[in-house]
Amino acid sequence: MASTGDAFLDEQIALVGADRGRLMDVLRAVQTRYGHVSDASASAIAAGLGMHVGDVIDALSFYAFFSRVPAGRFQIRLSRTPISRIHGADAVAHAFCQALGIAMGETSPDGLVTLNWTSDIGMADQEPAALVDDVVVTALTPEVVPAILAALRAAIDASTGIPSPGNRVPLPHARVHPNVIQAGPLLSRAARRGDGIRAALLLPPEQVVARIAAARLRGRGGAGFPTALKWRLCRNGPDGERHIICNADEGEPGTFKDRVLLSDFADLVFDGMTIAGYALGAPSGVMYLRAEYAWMLPALHDVLAARRRLGLLGGAICGHDAFGFEIRIQSGAGAYICGEESALIESLEGKRGAPRDRPPFPTEHGYRDRPTAVNNVETLACVARIMENGPETFAALGTRESTGTKLMSLSGDCPHPGLYEVPFGITLNGLLDLAGAPDAGFVQVGGPSGRSVAPKDFGRRLAYEDLSTGGSIMIFGPDRDVLDIVLQFAEFFADESCGWCTPCRVGTALLRDQMAHVAAGRATLRDIGALESLAGTVARTSRCGLGQTAPNPILSTMRDFPERYEARLHAADFVSKIDLVAAQRESAALQGRHPVEELF
Amino acid sequence: MPLGTLQFTIDGITVQTQEGQSLIAACDAAGLYIPRLCYHPDLRPAGNCRVCTCRIDGHQAAACVTPVRDGMVVENDTPQLNADRLALIEMMFVEGNHPCPYCVASGDCELQALGYRLGMTAPVYPFFWPRHEIDASHPDIFLDRERCIACSRCIEASRMPDGKSVFSYEGRGIAMHLHVDGWGGLGATQMAAIDKAAHVCPVACIVIRRDGYRIPNGQRRFDKTPIGTDIEARRKAPPS
Repeated sequence: MASTGDAFLDEQIALVGADRGRLMDVLRAVQTRYGHVSDASASAIAAGLGMHVGDVIDALSFYAFFSRVPAGRFQIRLSRTPISRIHGADAVAHAFCQALGIAMGETSPDGLVTLNWTSDIGMADQEPAALVDDVVVTALTPEVVPAILAALRAAIDASTGIPSPGNRVPLPHARVHPNVIQAGPLLSRAARRGDGIRAALLLPPEQVVARIAAARLRGRGGAGFPTALKWRLCRNGPDGERHIICNADEGEPGTFKDRVLLSDFADLVFDGMTIAGYALGAPSGVMYLRAEYAWMLPALHDVLAARRRLGLLGGAICGHDAFGFEIRIQSGAGAYICGEESALIESLEGKRGAPRDRPPFPTEHGYRDRPTAVNNVETLACVARIMENGPETFAALGTRESTGTKLMSLSGDCPHPGLYEVPFGITLNGLLDLAGAPDAGFVQVGGPSGRSVAPKDFGRRLAYEDLSTGGSIMIFGPDRDVLDIVLQFAEFFADESCGWCTPCRVGTALLRDQMAHVAAGRATLRDIGALESLAGTVARTSRCGLGQTAPNPILSTMRDFPERYEARLHAADFVSKIDLVAAQRESAALQGRHPVEELF
Repeated sequence: MPLGTLQFTIDGITVQTQEGQSLIAACDAAGLYIPRLCYHPDLRPAGNCRVCTCRIDGHQAAACVTPVRDGMVVENDTPQLNADRLALIEMMFVEGNHPCPYCVASGDCELQALGYRLGMTAPVYPFFWPRHEIDASHPDIFLDRERCIACSRCIEASRMPDGKSVFSYEGRGIAMHLHVDGWGGLGATQMAAIDKAAHVCPVACIVIRRDGYRIPNGQRRFDKTPIGTDIEARRKAPPS
């Protein structure tokens, strides 16, 4: 292997065996070490992995957590969601800006901090929250800000000019509460690790699939695809190697169930992955962990090491000579779209997270073109429970179409935000009563890509056959500005669109801009009609679920809260979307004249 | 029917074709035009413009990336689908800067031609007025990213037929744009004017220098007949 001339880089490239599919690991290592990935590093990485620089730039420039220009010694990323802003994120941001003398998106003059907004970081129950490098700080107030910055400064002063990584700096408010408010059969009992695996190994693999089928388990990410069917399709795929991937890229704003499962029930999830590996005949599995959860990596690696000692990982698992299984954790780098399974696979292969067209489905041609089953974290935890307790016990709860319990992440205007394990089929009213928020103005079920539910529909049931959801439940009080929240969701999708297809790339940006006009009271009746029409086109023609669901908040609130839109309408027939004076400013300046403002 | 042959219907017309074809290729061969932009018959379909979206067995899907299945029922020429296609074309117009009246590609531009075919008058969306670098570093090829519609034809052509990987993307979302491999612009790459990648651009983003006005305005591909006419001409007259 040719040397890149950078010993650290050579070491990283050797660590991944110069496998270009592991580009993400190399980029992440360089980003962590140098604070950015320079053009020179990109060239060296390309040479080391035997790829074109353009392909490195393609991936590098796609992910929010990689930067190509030098940044501050610490990256502070404040979570910006309707929930964080309800709880005062703007004031916290203002306090950071004041204390550092910079605006959001800038680096402090002393090079200490680069300050940015970021999408949801999985802390909706303890907002405002932020990432300081890989450390999470929660329940922030403007008063905490000076102490955090002082701790960062002290960390640098104490060293010999070499920046200390943020994950070794003790910070105030660096605590994450599990916040399990109501536990059920999935979260309650501390099972002996490996019980589910031992039960599975007593059966032939196809019988394991049959038990999952008997439990009628469906995917917990929200789409509800039957897990046993996915596994069968994968088993029936082309002969040879198969892959099991645990989707821990929990990016839907408002959800944090995987955070709790991975921090407190990691063995259960790894049990589920191992059982899936046995059922599918996959010798190894990959957990794709979102970058926002990188703070869990050391603990997860400890769990894996313990499992290896206990014979639950590696060769001859539980003494079963014919079955060995390895697990690797792959970190993401800040891209909501990578929660979509084919985008996740692209990212795992070291590329930009652009979804694939289907067919072929991942169960036929997935990771490295092999049959691949991508399962949600909660789904795999359910798999372990089904093998431990039997499919009948599992299917005894819930409804006919939606068996078992579901983890609901509740946040927003309620006295007890946190994780609630409830049987499928519970009404939204029932859930709101549990959370002590009976008088909600509206509830966003399933995150921005889900739908807003008005009080008249609070009797609807949370189940695949009615309100299907991955479990994000954002509660908004009656006085909240619906249109402003919808605008924030529109901004989210425009930020997270991968850009591959026209309707999503251009459409989400247009939806954001048009919704801003509506929220600002500049939209006419005709504009509202055009917005609805545009939303329909984006939903119908986008390539993947992101674009197809991006218009949901707009369309569902237009339907359920028409009075909010009407109240904000501009009375005129036509309002120009172009500021004509501003549009002329540059040409006027070039020609040395002054715009005649009063004409407009 | 011989082995491997299958049939489907599109707008009520029955088409017989071979297994393994994409819907758009099967329809092209049968002389049935599905509006499209990023699709190029010589390149692997990328499915990014979505103009060829049809309703297939009740679901929308892009015809270029949908394999034909026996018995599939396709809707193509419907008011809803054509309205969506028009909206997509308008999105591409406002996303970039497309001054048709004085553009070198006018009359030979697939975006412009589709705008005409689908009945576009003026885009209803506000323009983004992007500012992108112009790359004039190559002696024979000129690259104007403001015209790019992110169809990825040049990326694909540079990879597969040319084997050079001159192009890729950079960034994401509305900020995504064409990236040229390396750091010295197009002039520092292996790209040559005879490359496939230099001849597949549907607009005037990649332009061959000293070649633009060889065919005068008024005598170009789409000046006489609308885009898709060549495909429709393949269809035998329907039995009366």
